Amino acid sequence: MNKNKEQLLNKRYKAEQRFRLYGQSAIFMALLFLTIFIFKIFSTGYSAFQKTWLIVPVNFDAELMMLDENPTKQDIEDADYYEIALQSMWNLDPNANEDQQNQLKRMVSYFFEREIKQELLKDTNLLGKTKEVYLTASDDLDQVFKGNYPRDLPEDQRRVSDYQLKIFDQLVANGKVESKFNISFFTNADSREAELAGIASSFMGSIFSILVCLMIAFPVAVLAAIYLEEFAPKNRFTDFIEVNINNLAAVPSIVFGLLGLGVLLAIFQLPRSTPLVGGITLSLMTLPTIIIAARASLKAVPPSIREAALAMGASRMQTTMHHTVPLSMPGTLSGTIIGLAQALGETAPLILIGMVAFVNTIPGSPMDPAASLPVQIYIWAESAERGFVEKVSACIMVLLGFLIIMNLFAQIIRHKFEKKWS
Amino acid sequence: MRKNGVKMIKIKAKDVDVFYGKKQALFNISLDIEENQVTALIGPSGCGKSTFLRCLNRMNDVIDICSVKGEILINDFNINDKGCDVVRLREKIGMVFQKPNPFPKTLYENVSYGPTIHGIAQSKQEMDEIVETSLKKAALWEEVKDRLHEPGTGLSGGQQQRLCIARAISVRPEVILMDEPCSALDPIATAQIEELIDELKKEHTIIIVTHSMAQAARVSQNTGFFHLGQLIEHGSTDKIFKNPDNKKTQDYITGRFG
Amino acid sequence: MNLILFTFIVLLGFTSYYFGRKKAYTIQSTKKRLTALPQFYGYYLAIWCAIPAFIIFSLWAIFEPSIVKLLILSDYSNQGYLDDELNLIYEKTKALSRGQFTGEITPFIEASAEKYLSLRSIAQSSKVVIVLSAIIASVAYAYKRISSNSRTREPVEKFLNAVLFTASLAAILTTVGIVFSLIFQTIDFFKVIPLFDFVFGTHWYPAKAFVRDSSEALDPTMYSDTFGAVPIFAGTFFIAFIAMCVAIPIGLMSGIYLAEYASIKVRQYAKPLIEILAGIPTVVYGFFAALTVGPFLKELGTSMGLEVSAESALAAGGVMGIMIIPFISSLSDDVITSVPQSLRDGSYAMGATKSETIKRVIFPAALPGIVGSILLGVSRAIGETMIVVMASGLAANLTLNPLESTSTITAQIVVILIGDQAFGDPKTQAAFALGMSLFLVTLCLNIVALRVVKRYREKYE
Repeated sequence: MNKNKEQLLNKRYKAEQRFRLYGQSAIFMALLFLTIFIFKIFSTGYSAFQKTWLIVPVNFDAELMMLDENPTKQDIEDADYYEIALQSMWNLDPNANEDQQNQLKRMVSYFFEREIKQELLKDTNLLGKTKEVYLTASDDLDQVFKGNYPRDLPEDQRRVSDYQLKIFDQLVANGKVESKFNISFFTNADSREAELAGIASSFMGSIFSILVCLMIAFPVAVLAAIYLEEFAPKNRFTDFIEVNINNLAAVPSIVFGLLGLGVLLAIFQLPRSTPLVGGITLSLMTLPTIIIAARASLKAVPPSIREAALAMGASRMQTTMHHTVPLSMPGTLSGTIIGLAQALGETAPLILIGMVAFVNTIPGSPMDPAASLPVQIYIWAESAERGFVEKVSACIMVLLGFLIIMNLFAQIIRHKFEKKWS
Repeated sequence: MRKNGVKMIKIKAKDVDVFYGKKQALFNISLDIEENQVTALIGPSGCGKSTFLRCLNRMNDVIDICSVKGEILINDFNINDKGCDVVRLREKIGMVFQKPNPFPKTLYENVSYGPTIHGIAQSKQEMDEIVETSLKKAALWEEVKDRLHEPGTGLSGGQQQRLCIARAISVRPEVILMDEPCSALDPIATAQIEELIDELKKEHTIIIVTHSMAQAARVSQNTGFFHLGQLIEHGSTDKIFKNPDNKKTQDYITGRFG
Repeated sequence: MNLILFTFIVLLGFTSYYFGRKKAYTIQSTKKRLTALPQFYGYYLAIWCAIPAFIIFSLWAIFEPSIVKLLILSDYSNQGYLDDELNLIYEKTKALSRGQFTGEITPFIEASAEKYLSLRSIAQSSKVVIVLSAIIASVAYAYKRISSNSRTREPVEKFLNAVLFTASLAAILTTVGIVFSLIFQTIDFFKVIPLFDFVFGTHWYPAKAFVRDSSEALDPTMYSDTFGAVPIFAGTFFIAFIAMCVAIPIGLMSGIYLAEYASIKVRQYAKPLIEILAGIPTVVYGFFAALTVGPFLKELGTSMGLEVSAESALAAGGVMGIMIIPFISSLSDDVITSVPQSLRDGSYAMGATKSETIKRVIFPAALPGIVGSILLGVSRAIGETMIVVMASGLAANLTLNPLESTSTITAQIVVILIGDQAFGDPKTQAAFALGMSLFLVTLCLNIVALRVVKRYREKYE
């Protein structure tokens, strides 16, 4: 009997250990996923912050540029740069045949003409002379240089030809290939060419949408929360409102996209693809989140404060506006920021209201067509070019950076300013 | 109970100190508990009597910041020793809490919980017997025998507390700790429980923490008086209530403070 | 013009505030007792100034276009035009009046355009006049009231209360908006496609329903066997099922561990770290699933001799499961911590080990709350869009093989509605019908889950 008991006890302790282990491994798994995730994004994305340049000597031949003698600044502006640009690329291999010349041209971005023009406009004295100019390498060579491109594939399966690789390797050997911080990633709008694509347009789109969202959602949500928490009678109707709010907080985001499409675009005829419509749609989505946060922090203000004010003869409205609401603000604000962070990462509803349109200009107001950062991630992720993969990861890093900053901010507001009631 | 006129000591506490974090809650408590007797621990709230009670089955382990120093010998075995197995200890020392806390399960499952986890019953039949005897001993059987498979939370407060007592005695513990078991009950339920305690002391050693001096006087044979984390006086209930040695005890008994 | 008028009203509102307050001080200086603080006199006047103006302003904005349209088109009535054609004429008129019309200009339209412009200018000027006179009238009325020192605080507070109440209707309006935006398209859809075919049909192939020429009559037989939603529903629930297979064990166990076992320090770090998973935008998960997990599973499968689609349901569902882990873990953590300590004490005092206490006492006690949180997780999985759009297939296969690709409601909505939509086309309407089904399914799940959790909370509070 006693031995039996001993065995049973042993078994019970083993079960205890096993259970504990399950728990630990569950935590471990969750954290492992997070680590893999972050690692993957960073390891594919960090290289996008560097950009590869080819240093190519350019002969600013006035004749080829169709310029007369002593050209004015305006003449230089209007000159034809295509020929000298082509020539300078072809000069990399004087013996190239027509097909190879074509390949040479494709080693740099289609922007190369303008880069050469910029160089001359900076210093018009260069006319007639030769100077080495930094040209943006094509996205494939960019990837080759960063080591992301498998060179050992058969030639017909890659977009870089053996010939291009040969010339490129020569340039590398001569130190004529350089990698620099990729400013254009932050200043350019979207582009079909990976080497030129940047996040400026989608970034502005995101900012505008979030601002519109904040301007609508915050006041409405705070007022609604004040009503429900401080003034509303407890009856069927307010119960119904409450059920509505809780349910809306759990409605899939894509349904809000359908709402935007079916009501804002189809009925109110608001302009498609704009941050204005995106912001309104997102505001409807964040509304319940903010209401719930604001109500929670209003509820946290102890009734004794209200009673004290009421006992002094303040009206209910004065009690609320002078005491309760200011005391609840830190919680409300941090809830708002968290709601906005959610809205910032939202993609599906924006796709439905047309914010996936290809936008290669930087929007100047909420009424201009734009994408947003998460939509940009989607657009690039769907592109076939290898060069976009690192762009996606880099864009994700920027987006995550913003989300982290917003969440930290919310935390700080909560911890710094929130009163602890004991 | 006396064997050949000698008091049988069940539990022997020696120099017990308890700390909550840095704050000391009990100072140097030394107390002997007699076997098959009811010992009452009295004192004003916050004096440490419940804390001391929870030392006896190491329930203070549950509280992270709590640490216990000193020796507590039960059957001459130090339960604060590293080699002591809490699971086995708590099988031997049952506990009834201030607020009735039946599990949100059926009456039957509530009582069979202990025997199940400790593997006491070998068959369904044996389990039925254990449940029946425990409920009978707790004087609850007649009231609930027809609804053993209804949830235990549906009973009245007094019934719930007796269910908790049945649950505690289902594993035949040597000692039963009671932490103000009647404080949440009405006078009739309290009287039932007190009657039950008297019955139970035939088979178990009982230690009861109570707020009510009248209750201590009614149910206990020995009494310990705690004040500000110290054991002021300890002796037979008669002596403590009629002729205490210490002035503080006198004041408390006569209601000058507390 | 509207903007100028708007700013003007706002400015007038502010001026009225100061004016009202000043009046209050004047009253005070005559040693009369004020009925409220001077600000309230200001608020009172400002409200009386701005509100009538804004009401007229917004009514105008809503009704002016349709009235103008009615007047313009009255010229064309009795000429046998169809509604669509009348609309076209009106659009042409508007474009011409803005000078953006590029087509052939007929004298009729030119006349209409002129009429349009003159109507608009009449409308504009009459709006300004009416708004201004409304302001003058109401301010005069309000000023008289405050001059006689009548009550101001009560009306102001009543007004504020009304504003608060209106704001609280926003949630209901949003729900109404959702239903409204879905229901008409859905009804139109079911006029063409029988409900029975949609709910029980097993072929989903919306690409077949090309945009039809609007002049042709709608031929329902054209769409037979095109909009059978069974594969879509099956795919949705299948992927959600896979997701829950990942999320429930990991989420629940980590919730339990955090609530019952973890030391304060571990909890302090592990909990926020796991919650980061919930803050990552879903498009990022989608990218991760499509770029990393999908190809990885494909390679793994190939090495084991299995045929795995690069867009397998397993990849999408698995990554979705990771996304849902933190929801389940933090909700069940909350639920478990709210189980009263007395139950734990009761079990420990019986000599139960921690895991026995958890399995036999705490888990059963917390079960309703845990079920509620799992249901919320399921609702999330069903409504999740970006992961499936990016990582699962777009062709709707009816399969239960996790290694093949399937499609979901949300993915189909995006596929159909991305790019330009033609309202009135069954394909577009199909997306709204899918949206309606999604809304209804998640609505039921949410209501049940929220109710279960609420009951549970009340039990232990």
